[in-house]
Amino acid sequence: MTVRSKSRWMGLAAGAALVLGLGGVLPRAALAQDAAPAAPEPAAAAPAAPQLPAYFSSTNDPAKPSWPDPTGGASGIWATPAGDGKGDVPDQLKPTDLYDRIAHNLISINFVWALVTGFLVMFMQAGFMLVETGLCRAKNASHTSAMNFMIYPLGCLGFWIYGFAIGWGNWWNGPVPPGWYASLGPGLAVLNHGWGLGAASDAAGTLTGAFKYGIIGLKGFFLNPSVGDVGVMTIFFFMMVFMDTTATIPTGAMAERWAWRNFVIYGLWIALPYCIYANWVWGGGWLAQAGVNWGLGHGAVDFAGSGVVHSMGGIIALAGAIVVGPRIGKYDKQGKPQPIPGHNIPIVVLGTFILAFGWFGFNPGSTLAGTDLRISFVVVNTLLASITGALGAMVALEIKGLKHDPSMLCNGMLAGLVAITAPCAFVSPWAGAAIGAIAGVVVVYSVLFFEKAGVDDCVGAISVHGVCGLWGVLSVGIFANGDYGAGWNGVVRDEMVKLYGSDGVRGLLYGDFSQFLAQSLDCVVVAVFGFAMAYVWFKVSDLITPIRVAPEVELEGLDIPEVGAPGYPDFAIRTVGGAHHVMSQE
Amino acid sequence: MKKIEALLKPYQLDPVKAALYDVGLLPGVTSTELRGYVSGVAERAEYRGVVQIVDLLPRIKIEIIAHDDLVDRIVETIQKVARSGRPDDGEIWIGPVAEVVRIRTGEIDEAALA
Repeated sequence: MTVRSKSRWMGLAAGAALVLGLGGVLPRAALAQDAAPAAPEPAAAAPAAPQLPAYFSSTNDPAKPSWPDPTGGASGIWATPAGDGKGDVPDQLKPTDLYDRIAHNLISINFVWALVTGFLVMFMQAGFMLVETGLCRAKNASHTSAMNFMIYPLGCLGFWIYGFAIGWGNWWNGPVPPGWYASLGPGLAVLNHGWGLGAASDAAGTLTGAFKYGIIGLKGFFLNPSVGDVGVMTIFFFMMVFMDTTATIPTGAMAERWAWRNFVIYGLWIALPYCIYANWVWGGGWLAQAGVNWGLGHGAVDFAGSGVVHSMGGIIALAGAIVVGPRIGKYDKQGKPQPIPGHNIPIVVLGTFILAFGWFGFNPGSTLAGTDLRISFVVVNTLLASITGALGAMVALEIKGLKHDPSMLCNGMLAGLVAITAPCAFVSPWAGAAIGAIAGVVVVYSVLFFEKAGVDDCVGAISVHGVCGLWGVLSVGIFANGDYGAGWNGVVRDEMVKLYGSDGVRGLLYGDFSQFLAQSLDCVVVAVFGFAMAYVWFKVSDLITPIRVAPEVELEGLDIPEVGAPGYPDFAIRTVGGAHHVMSQE
Repeated sequence: MKKIEALLKPYQLDPVKAALYDVGLLPGVTSTELRGYVSGVAERAEYRGVVQIVDLLPRIKIEIIAHDDLVDRIVETIQKVARSGRPDDGEIWIGPVAEVVRIRTGEIDEAALA
């Protein structure tokens, strides 16, 4: 996902140069690139100085600021009844009035798109819960379901309190292509305060709020009134459900032995590593700036989050699985892995279908613009990768002489979906299919590898999300074909424009090896940063409250000791009165 | 021939089965999932704010039909593996069996156990 989807702006490049030529209208964009793109030729050619409306240029009147805009009145004009008091009689309206009304509709379509696809992503929480509970034993069903349920409120709380501010607080000061405007309205300009290295100043010497190497944002804690804007609310919600996807991944790898109280404090912490890294890739931070700063392609490119969401989740899961240790009985005395089958395969399959459905919100929603028609390519790539992922897993099992285990086939589909999440907007359909197929094969071998290596991962989360997420990030640098993403992260290279007509995101197969380097850097950073943060956290949290349950609790089942209610009470619970000569009652 | 019924905690099934197999004392075993009552032991479950004392605890019963000479060693092996010192370790019931018939061949008694 990244809000900087810019291919639709290729046709407006001339107009954009015009806007910049007005000088000082968009100081932020001018700073994002080292060379001043305010070309003198267009200014000389233009007789008058056309002004973009404020809701596209995001220039606030300091005397009467229009945003943060809590009602949507600053994004064009609502029609019927007209928000500008000019009435709705068609032959009394001027073209500018019509333009205002059209612009409002455009922004409205983008709002509806971002919000409704966000609803689909929220529904993926149900998919995760079904997959993880089905792959655990019945004695732990209540506890596993409860973890997958409560991660949603706990993660959201952390994101609301501090995560969104850290991740997106300085989003407006990230690198963007010339002439860019926010698809969700002008109010996103309020996300303009953060911290980094190399504070930038404008010609007059005042700090602009941008940094050469953005590190974190610092605006929007508790969604306070300074960010009380309709566009900010939309992006908050959309990013929140993405963060919850990351948050729920480790609950799968660490299930069946993770103490409930330790899980609760993890739920409040998870926003921290996620949002810091998200700032670096999506919030305008230094990984996104690796293009304008170091010439590495368009900087780190991750459309919907193979790296930000899935790799981070999988790597945190790896650190957690290592710290909490394998389940009792998983490895025999010789260290050979023993199978611990799940208790309900049908709900694993159902959960996988729900996740595949939700992914149709995850990937295309990341345009944050229903008006960006690239969404159809994103949907098709997502679809093809999902099916070739499942087929690839089937082929891998066949090669290894194993039966076509449904839970492995489901892992294969999810692996394909995880891998396509970064490249979905940038690759051709054949490449989408190939990326998914490779992920489907890789996940089977990865699951067996980690099991043999002594890391007990109940559901394959480390392989599906961590390993295949890294593959997804890398595949952008291989398969991106340059059709989309012109000016991504503010990078417009003349030699690319000369060769191809525009500087879209392209990988090494299409003539840009530097993009592959940027993606490799992205992979290294998420692996090192995510693992270090998570490992330290889990070790420290173990001192606050034990991370692992007692062996007797683990053997009996975590349901009653940890969360009080058994998953499948059967007939025993319904006896009223109970044993009167037993433990002391209330 | 005797029938040995051992009521075990569910997670003891695999260790007990493995131990009997290792010492060559496993002519055959049938297992059932059930719940059993043990005096003095109960779980405290909470359901939507109400406390319930659950005294029928999960169990797995294994049934083994064996020659009279093997019975003592089987019982000893089960006890060694399944004893944990807690009051809900379980019980072993031993009783006589009148006749055993193998369905496939029609062999009776000792021949059916071989």
